Amino acid sequence: MATTHSFAPTSDIDPFAEQYILDPYPFHQEMREGGPVVWLEKWNVFAVARYEQVQTVLADWQTFCSGGGVGLADLRHGGAWRKPSALLETDPPDHTANRAIISRVLSPAVLRDLRSTFEEEAVRFADRALAAGTIEATSELAEAFPMKVFADAVGIRPDGREHLVAYGNMVFNGMGPRNELFERAWANAEEVIEWVAAACQRKALAEDGLGARIYESADAGVVDEVHAALIVRSFLSAGIDTTTYAIGNALFCFAQNPEQWSRIRSDKALVKPAFEELMRFESPFQTFFRTAASDAEIAGVRIPKDSKIMLSVGAANRDPRKWTDPDTFDIARNTKGHVGFGAGIHGCVGQMIARLEVETLLTALADRAERIELAGEPVRQLHNTLRGFERLPMRFQA
Amino acid sequence: MPVITLVHHDGRRDALDVPPGTSIMHAAIAAGIDGIVGECGGSAMCATCHVYVAEGKMDQLPPVDAVEDAMLDSTACERKPESRLSCQLRVTEEFDGLVLFLPEQQV
Repeated sequence: MATTHSFAPTSDIDPFAEQYILDPYPFHQEMREGGPVVWLEKWNVFAVARYEQVQTVLADWQTFCSGGGVGLADLRHGGAWRKPSALLETDPPDHTANRAIISRVLSPAVLRDLRSTFEEEAVRFADRALAAGTIEATSELAEAFPMKVFADAVGIRPDGREHLVAYGNMVFNGMGPRNELFERAWANAEEVIEWVAAACQRKALAEDGLGARIYESADAGVVDEVHAALIVRSFLSAGIDTTTYAIGNALFCFAQNPEQWSRIRSDKALVKPAFEELMRFESPFQTFFRTAASDAEIAGVRIPKDSKIMLSVGAANRDPRKWTDPDTFDIARNTKGHVGFGAGIHGCVGQMIARLEVETLLTALADRAERIELAGEPVRQLHNTLRGFERLPMRFQA
Repeated sequence: MPVITLVHHDGRRDALDVPPGTSIMHAAIAAGIDGIVGECGGSAMCATCHVYVAEGKMDQLPPVDAVEDAMLDSTACERKPESRLSCQLRVTEEFDGLVLFLPEQQV
């Protein structure tokens, strides 16, 4: 058969099924080995799971756009439940302008100023964990730490911050289908959306926080008030859950690999590279989508205009074509090029503050705890997009 | 293949063959160049792949966009008119012969 295009093999894999969510790695392998592009018949979408193709799609934002949403639904055709994100669900030139505003607010210079505050809080959290000995680490560390330091930095009111976790849950479960997980995340939606909308308003934000600085861009005439509120909303939706799962995954991986915990204890310079390996090995953000803006081609496979393409960054981060022993957690490996934060123009805008949060917390814990171990059976969070723990009983020993 | 020369702060020179389409940051990382960090992986978020473009060559490069401009204000070493983030410089054939100077430090 002489055709110019090959076809994507069909797969019955369902990335939103419980079995997949609990242990995605065998399914990742099946998708990767199926071909450079596979067709997921259950949801009528293409999927790319190999590192090379994931990078290709991320880099080519003109062809594989974000304006159609980064979830399963096409926002341009009635799939939107909120005003599209000013960052995640927007293409250039609007995206560039909005991203520049948030880039400036989250710049390395700003983060240098935040470091000492984060370090002090991290010490407090670590001391409490050590004093208690055994804790439920998802609620007491993984959620509580970003809810304190990140929300303080943005300048969000102190009461009701649990809505931030709920909102992140809605946003990221909302990138999947309207399944049971979606419905559960949305149980209290009205109240949460209302709280978040109020918390994004200028008058609700602390005067010296990062949120207020976004509004300064509105004062300078760079954006209007409505867009400023939308950019602040991006902080609130994307800043807590993702970091929460990253911290939980970090604690779990170190509990499972005590020799690597000993290594970062003896050399704190390893905390930074360890976090990159954690992002590769247990990527908190597992999947997101792009939409073909025109008829396109990936590795010779024809992708018709308006097709949705699922990018499995979790699978790309364990592609043996790219990584040696990909299923081994090794904090000393070269992790350059991992796509745990995405890549390209939509690469996670909060990645540097996320690094700062996890780095300060892990350092404070490593300074104090000779051993960290599981103190009971962890419970995985069933989630359409993120990978992490609902409950993580942990023991910390000095 | 376009050849890009990186001049370290101490005067050492590295010549890189960079395939078109690749960013200079990625090429430098792949070659193990120690003067480029690229912590954020090329998303213009960390300002640790800062370079100074050789005199008279700025005009031949694609312009600085708003995101890169915001980030260039956060470089560890002084921002100059010839400052760029090498992650935002995707190489084309026209880049052949480009000389870039590395700052004393990136973080």
